Formats: sequence, structure tokens, C-alpha cells
Amino acid sequence: MAEISLQGVTKSFGKTEVIHTTDITINDGEFVVMVGPSGCGKSTILRMIAGLETSTTGEIRIAGKRVNEVEPKDRNIAMVFQNYALYPHMSVYDNMAYGLKIRKLAKDDIERRVQRAAKILELGQYLKRKPRELSGGQRQRVAMGRAIVREPAAFLFDEPLSNLDAKLRVQMRLEIQKLHRELRTTSVYVTHDQVEAMTLANRMIVINAGVVEQIGAPLEVYDNPASLFVAGFIGSPSMNFLPGLRSGDGVEVGEGLVVPLPPEIRGSAGEQVTVGVRPEHFVAGDGGGPRFKLRVDTVEALGADSLLHAGFNGSHLVVRIEGHSTPRAGSEFEVSVLPGKAYFFDTGTGKRLGA
Amino acid sequence: MVENRPVRDVLAHAVLITGVLLVAFPLWVTFVASTLTFEQIVTVPMPLWPGDHFLANYTQVLTAGSEKGSSAPVSTMLVNSLIMALSIATGKIAISILSAFAIVYFRFPGRSFFFWSVFVTLMLPVEVRIIPTFKVASDLGILNTHVGLALPLIASATATFLFRQFFMTIPDELAEAARIDGAGPVRFFIDVVLPLSKTHMAALFVILFIYGWNQYLWPLLITTSESMYTVVIGIKRMIAGGDASNEWHLIMATAMMALMPPALVVVLMQKWFVKGLVETEK
Repeated sequence: MAEISLQGVTKSFGKTEVIHTTDITINDGEFVVMVGPSGCGKSTILRMIAGLETSTTGEIRIAGKRVNEVEPKDRNIAMVFQNYALYPHMSVYDNMAYGLKIRKLAKDDIERRVQRAAKILELGQYLKRKPRELSGGQRQRVAMGRAIVREPAAFLFDEPLSNLDAKLRVQMRLEIQKLHRELRTTSVYVTHDQVEAMTLANRMIVINAGVVEQIGAPLEVYDNPASLFVAGFIGSPSMNFLPGLRSGDGVEVGEGLVVPLPPEIRGSAGEQVTVGVRPEHFVAGDGGGPRFKLRVDTVEALGADSLLHAGFNGSHLVVRIEGHSTPRAGSEFEVSVLPGKAYFFDTGTGKRLGA
Repeated sequence: MVENRPVRDVLAHAVLITGVLLVAFPLWVTFVASTLTFEQIVTVPMPLWPGDHFLANYTQVLTAGSEKGSSAPVSTMLVNSLIMALSIATGKIAISILSAFAIVYFRFPGRSFFFWSVFVTLMLPVEVRIIPTFKVASDLGILNTHVGLALPLIASATATFLFRQFFMTIPDELAEAARIDGAGPVRFFIDVVLPLSKTHMAALFVILFIYGWNQYLWPLLITTSESMYTVVIGIKRMIAGGDASNEWHLIMATAMMALMPPALVVVLMQKWFVKGLVETEK
């Protein structure tokens, strides 16, 4: 168990800086998810914590001890890889025991730890098998077992579920949650899937192009996105954005429609402001907020709810409404924004206004 | 393909059977000749059915060699050939797997230069560098020794290249997982890379054993003492002069014995050989 902290960490490959100055503190026993689009640098940060990459500047501490110069094996961490990285020629048992053998643990101690991990992960009957005789989900469980037996200060997960099919991913997600509840080990989890981030995280770190955009509890990030990027990345389907101009007490978003600004962020006219509305924050008919007259392009009826796709003044809008009062494609439809559920961003900087 | 075309089937079989016969017939003649006496061989036409001198001929060459050509016993030659082929095959595999490991898993200055310089030597067959190699071997005083037979042929660009290609297909995460597990480079090599390379090593062993066994020019050059002849050279030395003075029955018996070990290696290791060429266990 340990706290992990990164202070002023950057990473450059040659002249390009891929991770800009980053400060992160991960508390003892916390499950933190780093989420961002592919190539944003989230894996690089994880690999710097693991010691597989060196940081260009800054300091990385695990359990209060500076580890910049420490070899991965001595950092007391365990890592789970996307492609499992199991030793193909070793049995499940040997895969889990290998690191312990190297650390010269007593035979009965190894046996005890492996059996315990196998029990937690329900791998007992597969201990003699080779990885190729297992399914993807079982392989990933072995990879987690290999991490558990080390009894490390922290688990590092690098997109562990990305190679699994959708159904298995849901199941493994639950298992990882359960595992963390049981073991309470500090965990850092990297994914590009915002659903995994929302469901697993105690806190999540949203990263874009090597910059930490926002750190916070999942719902906090969802409710109060700090920037256009975070707002668009978290939530599915993603938030609708309507570019507009500030005029008086509202934002003019086209077709004569003005979305009123809350009192605390009124300012000079003529500024470019982007209005963001989540698909689920629209209601059919008059809900009290600004009203949009839409011509429906496409309808995706999902049963419980329906997604309407429509164009509005050059932007593409997605509206989520209750599933059975669905208009037909091509028809006119009126929706309104729930009061107080519109977000306002500075179009130039992408920062949230009034936050 | 599941097709039912009798004419094509017959034709295909005819072609294949003709091919087999073309390959097998010379072998058969060699075998038959090795069981006849000298007089029977030089009659025209030569009999195509084995005679009754099988034991006599083979015992003669194994223990005493030929009478008119070289008089070294073939058993010594077989041992020499075996030592040479085994040292070349194992030596080549050992050296090339280590250099491929270095090239793939370590970042050191001049890494790609070294790889390419190894690679370029592919273009230099033994024959091209044989005179300087001979000079070096003679200066080292390893003419007429087993070391001299094998050592100059051990460096192998081909095997290094093959191992490099194979190592590059091993996912990087495996090396990283091993690093986190605490395995240093040597542990990683022994515990992970070597077991994964087993089938490739076996396939290469078959190829290199045959390569070593069949070496002709180099042993011809550096072995002058009969006790160092390899069996391939032995055959050459038995063919001493004009047609009439060659003991063809003994030469053929030697030839039969020369081709047995490589054939045996192929047959025994066939399963591994095919596996190594087609399948990678990752």
C-alpha cells in the first residue's frame, strides 16, 4: 500500500515533449483511472511510474521514496498489460510464481501466495494449463494473478480490457472492482474507454495531448467538466456543442436563438462562446429552458431511450429522449434544454466559463 | 481443394511418381553397387539387384579403408564428419542466438552498424574468403585439427538474421513483464527467450548440421593427414586415378554411409523442423 506522487514530471522523446509538466498525487488505496484518447500520453505516464520509461524532468515518488533511479523490479509495483504478456511456455502456476522465484521466496510461501491468488481469481483448476489453452478473459485473470502474488504497493493496469470482447469486458470490469474492494491496493488504471473510467475510478484523470485536463471523481468530472475537451470526452453520446456569440445576457447560437447566461458569467458582448448541452439534458416539448426546433435526420431507437440526430445551424445535435414517444425521421420536433443544464466554454481557450 | 477429376489425378500422380523415381534411382544404383564386387560393377550392363558382398564391402571400408586410394578407415572419417557437423551446427546456433539477442534487446552505440555488418557478410560465401581464412588458420596452427575444421565456418549471418527476425516478433511487453518480475537480461534469455526459440533452434540445427556435414572445399584444403579426413573428403581421396583403378564398390559403400547421418537427422527431427518453420508459440 502506498501513495504515488508525480511532481513536475515531463517526458520528451528527442525534441518533442510528449508529457507536459504534470503533478499528480494518488492516495494510498485509491483506484485512479487515467483516461484520454490514444496517443495522449496516458500510457507513457504509467510506464514512467512503472520505471519502464525514464522521466525527462521531475520527481516520481512511491510510498514517499524517490524512485526515479530505481529499477522496475525494486519499485514494489506490479503491472498488467493489454496483451497479457504471459510467458507462453510456462504453466499458469509458473507464470504467477516466476517473479517470486526470482526474488528467492521460500517454496511454501510461493505455493501459498499462488493458491490464494488462484482462489481470488477462480483460476484453481487451470494452474497446470499453458496460456494458449485459456480464453482471453482467463489469460487476463492470470496476468492479474501474477500482479497479486507479488503483494505490491501498487497495481498498474495498462488498458487491460481492450483485447477482450464487449461482454467479457463488462464482466472483468466488475471483477476488477471486486478485487480492489478486497485488496485495497493503490491502483492506477489506464484506458481510452470513458465507460471503464466512469465505472472503475475513485478519481479519474483526463489527459489530452500530454496535458492533464482535469482530475476528479467521475461524477464530479461529468457534472463539472473543466474544458471543452473533457466535456466532449466524458459522456456517451458526447456533449453537443453550439458555437455562438455573446450578446447581452445570453449567447446567440444561430437561428435567432439565445441561450441565457447565468448571472455570474455575464460579460462583454461579442466574445466567442461555445454552448454545450448533453444529449440527456434535452426534454421533448417545453421544459423551461431554451427551445430548439429541429428537423430530425436519423432516429436510433434503443428501446429504453431513443437518440435523435439533427442539424442545427451547421452543428450536429444528438438528443436523447424517452424511448416510446419517438418522432419519425424527417419530421419537425421541438426540444428544450433543462434549466441550468447548459455549459459555457470560451471558444478560443476551450476553458469552461465561470468554473 | 476437393475436386474430382480423374484425368488430372492420374496425370498428377504420374508426374510425382516420375519425380520420385528420378531421385530414387541413382540412390538405388549406389546402394546396389555397394553390395557388388568390383568385377560385377564393371560388367556391362551393371546388375540392378543387390549382390552378396554387402557385409564384406562395408566391413572393409569401415575398418581398413580402400586398397588403392586413401587407406584411412571410414569409421574415423565418420567420426571426424560428425564432430565437424555438430560443432558447426551448435556453434553457429550458440553464437548467432547470442548476437541476435544483443542486437534486438540492447541499445548500444553502433547497434545498427553491427547488425548490418553481420548482414553484409551474407554476401561473402566461404569460397570468396577461403585464401585469407586458410592463412589465418595456418598461422593459428589449427590445420589438420577438429578446431580448424569447424571454427572458421561457425560465424553465421543467416542464423543471426533468422533469430533476429524471430525475436522481433516476441512482444516487447514480455521483456517488460520480465523486468518487472525482476529478471535481468541473462535470466530473461535463459528463462524466456531460449524456451521460446526451441523450435527455431531445432529447425536451424537440421539445416546447419547438413551444411556442416556436406562441407567439401574447406576440409579439402586444410586436411592433409588421413586421420583428419571427413567422409566427404574420403570419397574424393578414394577416387585416385583412372576409371579402372577405382574400387567403385568401396566408394559406393562409403557414399552410402556418408548420406546416412544427414538423412537420419532429417527423419528424426522432421516434426520439430516443420514446427520451427511454420509455427511460433507466442
